[in-house]
Amino acid sequence: MRAVRWNSRTNRTGASARDESPGVEHPVSRITGSLMKPERGSVGIAETKYFAFAEPPNEMVLECGRKFGPIALAYETYGELSDTRDNVILVVHALSGDAHAAGHNSPDDEKPGWWDVMIGPGKGMDTDKYFVVCSNIIGGCKGSTGPSSINPGTGRPYGLTFPVVTIKDMVNAQKALLSHLGVDRLLCVIGGSMGGMQVLQWVVSYPEMVRLVIPIATTSRLSAQAIAFDEVGRQAIMSDPDWMGGDYYGKTIPHRGLSIARMIGHITYMSDKSMHAKFGRKLQDKAEYGYDFVTDFEVESYLRYRGDSFVKRFDANSYLYITKAMDYFDLPQAHGSLKQAFAEVHAKFLVVSFSSDWLFPSYQSKEIVSALRYNNIDVIYTEIQSDYGHDAFLVESEQLGSLISNFLEHGRGRI
Amino acid sequence: MAVEETKLDEDGTVVRLAPEHKLIIGLVEPGSRVMDLGCGEGDLLKALKVLKNIRGEGIELSEECIQACVAKGLFNIHHGDLDEGLADYADKSVDYVVLTNTIQVLHRPLFLIKEMARVGKKCIISFPNFGHWSIRLQLLLNGRMPKSPRLPYEWYDTPNIHLATIADFRDFCPVAGLRILKEIRLRTTGEGQCKVVHLLPNLFADAAIFLVEERSRGS
Repeated sequence: MRAVRWNSRTNRTGASARDESPGVEHPVSRITGSLMKPERGSVGIAETKYFAFAEPPNEMVLECGRKFGPIALAYETYGELSDTRDNVILVVHALSGDAHAAGHNSPDDEKPGWWDVMIGPGKGMDTDKYFVVCSNIIGGCKGSTGPSSINPGTGRPYGLTFPVVTIKDMVNAQKALLSHLGVDRLLCVIGGSMGGMQVLQWVVSYPEMVRLVIPIATTSRLSAQAIAFDEVGRQAIMSDPDWMGGDYYGKTIPHRGLSIARMIGHITYMSDKSMHAKFGRKLQDKAEYGYDFVTDFEVESYLRYRGDSFVKRFDANSYLYITKAMDYFDLPQAHGSLKQAFAEVHAKFLVVSFSSDWLFPSYQSKEIVSALRYNNIDVIYTEIQSDYGHDAFLVESEQLGSLISNFLEHGRGRI
Repeated sequence: MAVEETKLDEDGTVVRLAPEHKLIIGLVEPGSRVMDLGCGEGDLLKALKVLKNIRGEGIELSEECIQACVAKGLFNIHHGDLDEGLADYADKSVDYVVLTNTIQVLHRPLFLIKEMARVGKKCIISFPNFGHWSIRLQLLLNGRMPKSPRLPYEWYDTPNIHLATIADFRDFCPVAGLRILKEIRLRTTGEGQCKVVHLLPNLFADAAIFLVEERSRGS
């Protein structure tokens, strides 16, 4: 995997701008050989498609009670649907992800999709065997209906008139997409971070549809600490004078607020150790302190660059809506207890956490495992040793890839 | 330790079985629920699954071992540290809790074995016998810390910190609140096979397997 560079000597608009990829070198593989297939390829050119549904009067009923439509959902597919339609993997993404998970959107597209290391011929999700669908989310800004979309009723962007959506709403919209694709059974649903929340909601909402479940670096509910970080990010956006109560479309966007929100986010995705290894106290383009408030340290430069590049590709209101959806997600509360949440579930689980992830710490994955086990549900749990913090789920692709491919392979042959 | 390759019928999988694994498999009732603590690469669980149709689960500390278990198609493997106990597991929730060749590396063997007896209806515990004549002789004649094929480490970098003899373990069972149901003393032979020892087992057996259960209150 390519190292993502950020400093002033690198082309800032080119390959370096893929924010969904953490800015870390790929670690040397610890698992080699027999567990992974040797040949790995790209899915090639992938086209983002759009599914429109919930046209009035058949709007979707949201968890908040509001009826909402029309809705568009962006998605991509890789591989071939089998004749018996039993090889479908649904990939769901994290906060800032999109439908473009693998391959390139055009031949001159420099960067591949956000999980290209995991999806493709011979990779963790082998597209020679599986039909992989990656769906975007309602509320987002990557081709699906969200606050920056035009309200057909007014001809203007929704802004804050967009309803507050939940993880469950995201999943229900994806269910409609799968019905449209003629898919009524999922071999597997997989995702990390907020994608993992969607994964858990998927199997709880539609237990009869899902055979294998892979929640990665995730939780059944955010900790107070994680909600706190989300709120600081939202306050950064909402206190930017350019935010204008969410009605900034066609005007100056709340650049500073969204940028700061992303900077905070990035800190939470890394670990003390990975930041130390990556930046230490190195200075940016200077040999001595400047004794001013211009950038001194590399870590400052990195965060500013990350913040600035995020603003170019993400909508501030979507950031508010999506973080709110994460904060509201609470499976134990919704079902009385986490044990009860899984009462109807019969799927097999592969639960993965990362040792240095302090945003979605391992104890939260263990709570999921414990509740699954209580319900006699087959579950493999592993905590992968990694220094990359929450970002590890996108970085530790060797360990994760072999776990996923073996789990899919053995899980496919059963039931 | 000598191992034996055993071909399992189901899918032609070959697993490596330690000599005493066959004896342990013999103690397990078909169709039961078995938890293997420190399950390694899942060889015993896989064999139990194929030969005894058990519902198995394993707890293992090593990430690489868990990868190997998943590659074998085992579906209930949990990453965990045995020294932290079995707090997530309910009383008597499995038929057998198995601890093979691991008791000597635990920091708190009494704690874990009580946990095993709480979670399992029965427990199977195997361990190397530190009372074997060759070990006694090494210490007596050489005056140096003994080593054996089962205990091959130098004293300064051994993971084995709680070694016991068969006699020690028998004394230990009432302390841990255990009743001994069965005791198999064995001697490993050169070909990775093992034989049951009847005569002076604490002297001639190099390992032992105990089948135990929790003493009910008042008994």
